[in-house]
Amino acid sequence: MQTEPTKPTYEQCVRNFFAQLQAIHVDHLEQRWITISLLVIGLFVGIMTLDALFDGINPPSKVETIDSAKLHLSKEFAEDNLGVQVDDKGNVVVRMVAGRYSFFPKHIDVPAETPITLRWVSSDVLHGVHIPMTNMSTMIVPGYVAEITTTFPKPGEYPVLCNEYCGLGHNHMWSNISVIAKEDWKAPVKSAVKGGSNNE
Amino acid sequence: MNDAATRKLVLSHLWVAFIAFAVACLQGEYQVLERSGFISALDSPSVYFASVSTHGVLMAFVLTTFFIMGFGYTIATSTLKQPIWNKPLAWVGFWLALVGVVLAAIPLLTGKASVLYTFYPPIVAHAAFYIGATLLVVGSWVWCVIMLVMFTQWKKANSGQPVPLAMFATVMNAMLWLWTSAGVAVEVLFQLIPFALGWIDTIDPGLARTLFAWTLHPIVYFWLIPAYTAFYVFVPKQAGGFLFSDEMARLAFIVLAVFALPIGFHHLYMDPEQAKGWKLLHAIGTFVVALPTLVTGFTVIASLEIAGRLRGGKGLFGWIGSLPWTNTMVLSVILSLLMLIFGGFGGIVNASYAMNAMVHNTAWVPGHFHLIFAGTTVIMYFAIAYYLWPMLVKKPLFSKQMALVQLWTWFIGMSILTTPWHVLGLLGQPRRISTVVYNNLLTLAWKPYEFMMIFGGLILLASAFLFVYILAKTQLNPTAEVCEAEIEYAEPIHAVASLPEWLNGISLWNKVIAVLMAISFGYPILQFFFMDSYGSSPWGF
Ligand code: HEM
Ligand SMILES: [Cu+2]
Ligand SMILES: [Cu+2]
Repeated sequence: MQTEPTKPTYEQCVRNFFAQLQAIHVDHLEQRWITISLLVIGLFVGIMTLDALFDGINPPSKVETIDSAKLHLSKEFAEDNLGVQVDDKGNVVVRMVAGRYSFFPKHIDVPAETPITLRWVSSDVLHGVHIPMTNMSTMIVPGYVAEITTTFPKPGEYPVLCNEYCGLGHNHMWSNISVIAKEDWKAPVKSAVKGGSNNE
Repeated sequence: MNDAATRKLVLSHLWVAFIAFAVACLQGEYQVLERSGFISALDSPSVYFASVSTHGVLMAFVLTTFFIMGFGYTIATSTLKQPIWNKPLAWVGFWLALVGVVLAAIPLLTGKASVLYTFYPPIVAHAAFYIGATLLVVGSWVWCVIMLVMFTQWKKANSGQPVPLAMFATVMNAMLWLWTSAGVAVEVLFQLIPFALGWIDTIDPGLARTLFAWTLHPIVYFWLIPAYTAFYVFVPKQAGGFLFSDEMARLAFIVLAVFALPIGFHHLYMDPEQAKGWKLLHAIGTFVVALPTLVTGFTVIASLEIAGRLRGGKGLFGWIGSLPWTNTMVLSVILSLLMLIFGGFGGIVNASYAMNAMVHNTAWVPGHFHLIFAGTTVIMYFAIAYYLWPMLVKKPLFSKQMALVQLWTWFIGMSILTTPWHVLGLLGQPRRISTVVYNNLLTLAWKPYEFMMIFGGLILLASAFLFVYILAKTQLNPTAEVCEAEIEYAEPIHAVASLPEWLNGISLWNKVIAVLMAISFGYPILQFFFMDSYGSSPWGF
């Protein structure tokens, strides 16, 4: 008859593991280095996590689907609804379509120092969009709406560049954006038709 | 290494790797020239993207996979003192992989697979490209099986004995690669091949990118582990000292393999199909995996310091000067670590959850991975080749002097190539462009940097050909006397007599990985089957 259990319990396994881990010979200098490394890693992870949880600093991650083959039939991304608008609550919203090989509309004006929500969709393949010198960057995956909210601090003329290979004409895929000083920017008239409330 | 059949097997693998490497370096130089717009006759997006696709596949998949397989057979036979288990099967693996490469090369070189080495759908290539890539991976799986069988058999015959460190690292890598390749294998088998053959009309590019991200991070550790193995098992001996700690080395390989896997979403930070919580989870894991690299840096430098002091080096930094800088292995590790410091810094920028937006898909990214992959990793492939070649061909190295020049020029060329590349990224240049046509003032600032890259590339090209020349000359030397050297593995300061099972085997870590992968990829993959998603139909390029 067996009195001993043939298999150690889970708890014993864990206890053994830690006992063996502690038995590993670690030089004191190395121990110090590992501690420093862990502290540095902890610092970076801490900053990232706190920023994400409390300041909402996250990359574009709104999981929202759309039928990329039927954009022209969708209300939101139909041709005459694209570009800059001010919604009922006064938020500046930009809707853009990426298609080989340009971003539509080809030129938009947005105010500086104002939070802007950009909504990007693809009408064909995978694209990416980046406005150099800013953190306006997102992938545009067919079947999904890429939404990003950001603020452009400095007025100026910026290129809008496709940064994911989308075919042989990839380098030709770009458009322009003018960031205009807040005081000089006028909401497009279109938003008045939409019932926007805060334009003169 | 006295068994001629094994040497032939290893040499075959390494030659495929290095020929692919030399061809791809030629393409690399063409690419920097074409991009610069300096020679307008070269201007052609179709040639450029066919070239970049081939260059990427040859470097990332062919050079690495064949090198790792050849290196693994060397480690297994020399540390376990056993012949290769099932040699015919090993040749089957070799031929499967080689036929796969040729099958993929045909559409690549004829411009029918200009989809880059990441082949993101819904752009599709000729089906032969995906089928060829699959055969390459299946060939590498054969290698994984042989490594695992040899390891298991040895452990059975030598119960209670510590598995030699080099073999432990190799087996960890085989296990890592089986897990790593599963993601892309599912993508290719269930999405891309049926899509390319027209069996299915649409696929979800979001799911495809998620599966590819499963593979995309750990694959770089698959490439890197041979370099780290050399750091631990060859370098201390070649420098004239001892390995600082055998057990810490094992722990480093374990953490590397386990945490390399569940963190692939740092490639999807900017993607809309995954939610922020999952991205943050993977971001944290990404920082954790920096730990084994920091430990490795410490151990290698400590091992070098021991060697330097044993050789009479004095003072805080005096030991650096007394290292054998003319030993190819030692010189390589020094240059490799230098590139690792800068490349590692760049990697932390990339990994930073939100800061990534500044550099994502800009020229910074190829700048970064050329530095850390073509630099840190590949220079150790050179060092390993120089070390093993005389034992593989039984002839002395053709010229040590030339080998040292080759290593230095690789380092210098890589610094000149990648520094401006990083700057271009910060100046907003996108990656993967064949010419600059943006009509914008900003792009004027790009010119001088593109120019510098041509020179870096030229130096690298010369260095690459010198490397192949030295190996060929060594092997073809007609009059050489037989060279009977054996591989020497570094001794740890404290020899290990016995080890707990989890430092000596992979079964626990295999289970840990399964749990971590279920946590970090389970829901993110399953979500695609629950949400209302819309597939994409295939597009040409
Ligand atoms: C002579 C030396 C080399 C030069 C001049 C060079 C140059 C280039 C260039 C210009 C690109 C295109 C990047 C783009 O379009 O954004 C590229 C891509 C690539 N290179 Fe190299 N390269 C060299 C060596 C290497 C080595 C040794 C490796 C790795 C072992 C490597 C791995 C890659 C990979 C994986 C890509 C594909 C990147 C992509 O698809 O975005 N290269 N290289
Ligand atoms: Cu593009
Ligand atoms: Cu990664």
